[in-house]
Amino acid sequence: MELKHILMLLVVLGLMAAPLIIYNGKGEDEGYFGGSDDSASKILSEKYGVEEKQPFYWTPPSGEIESLLFALQAAIGAIIIGYFIGYYKGIAKGKGINV
Amino acid sequence: MHIMYGFLPIQWVIIWYIISGIVVLFGIYQLTKLLKENPEYKPLLALSGAFMFILSSLKMPSVTGSCSHPCGNALGAILFGVPILSVLSAITLTFQALLLNHGGLDTMGANIFSMGIMGPLAGLLTFKALKGTKLNSTINVGISAIIADWMTYVTTSVELALAYPTPSFQESLMVFLGIFALTQIPLAVAEGILTAVIWDYIKKLRPDILLKLGVIDESEVENKALIEGIGDN
Repeated sequence: MELKHILMLLVVLGLMAAPLIIYNGKGEDEGYFGGSDDSASKILSEKYGVEEKQPFYWTPPSGEIESLLFALQAAIGAIIIGYFIGYYKGIAKGKGINV
Repeated sequence: MHIMYGFLPIQWVIIWYIISGIVVLFGIYQLTKLLKENPEYKPLLALSGAFMFILSSLKMPSVTGSCSHPCGNALGAILFGVPILSVLSAITLTFQALLLNHGGLDTMGANIFSMGIMGPLAGLLTFKALKGTKLNSTINVGISAIIADWMTYVTTSVELALAYPTPSFQESLMVFLGIFALTQIPLAVAEGILTAVIWDYIKKLRPDILLKLGVIDESEVENKALIEGIGDN
C-alpha cells in the first residue's frame, strides 16, 4: 500500500470520526445518528399519512439478525474484492513484475 | 436512499418498474454479450458489483448528525456503462429488500432508478466530461463518484416529491432534499476517496483492461510490461 492510499483512507476515517466526536454523548433519543432513510419514512408517515406496512415476504425478525445480514453483505463484497486484487497481483508477479 | 416497502403509491411503483425494467433488461443483454466477447472482464465486473455491495451496506455518520450510506455505483458505470451497472444494482437491492427489509420489492423500481440509473449516469457523464481535460483518471473517478453518490440521493428526493407533491412539488422536494442532500455531502466525499483508491489499484494491476475499455490513456500506465500481451489472463 502506498503512502498516498494510506493518507486517502485516513481522510475517510477523519470524515467518519468527526461526527462521532462533535456529537459525542448524544444519542438517537436526542435525534442524533438516526438514518436518513428512516427520517424520510417518518416524514412520509407524519406529514403525508403514509402507513408503514409489513411486507408480504420474509423480514429479519430482530435487530440482531438484521445486523448479521448486513455484516454478511459487507463480508461478501470484501472477500470478492480482496480475492481479485490478490489474483491480479499474483498475475503481475508471475510475469516478473512487482506491483 | 432506499424507499421503504409500502411507501410509494401504486402508480409510481408501476412507472418506476417500467422505466428501470427497460434499462435492466437492456443491461442483461449487454452483460451477456460482454461476457461472451470479453470473458477477461469478469473479475472487474465482480469487483464492481462487490464494491457496491460493501459500500451500500455501510451506514456512516455525517457531520449533520444523522447517518446514511454511500452507494458505490460510479465504478461499475465508468467501466461498463449504466445499463450493466443497473443490473448489478438490481442484485444488491434484491439482497437488501429480501434479507434486510431495507427498501422493498414494490419500491425496487424506484430504488434501481436512483442508485442504478440516475446516480451512475451523472457519474459517468462527469467522468466523460473531465476525461478531456487531461486530469489524472484517479482524481476524475473520485470526483465522478462524489457526483454519482449525491445525484442518487437527489433522485430519491425527486421520486418522493413526485409521489407526494403536497402542497406543491417544489416544497415537497425541499423537504426531502433537506433530509438527504446535506447529510450526503461528507459521505459522498468519503465515497469519492474510496472509489479513487480502488481505481488506483485496478489501474496499477490491470492497466491493459482499462486501456481496452478506453477509460485511461497510455501515459497513465506505470508499468509498461503489464500492457504487453494484452488479452492473456
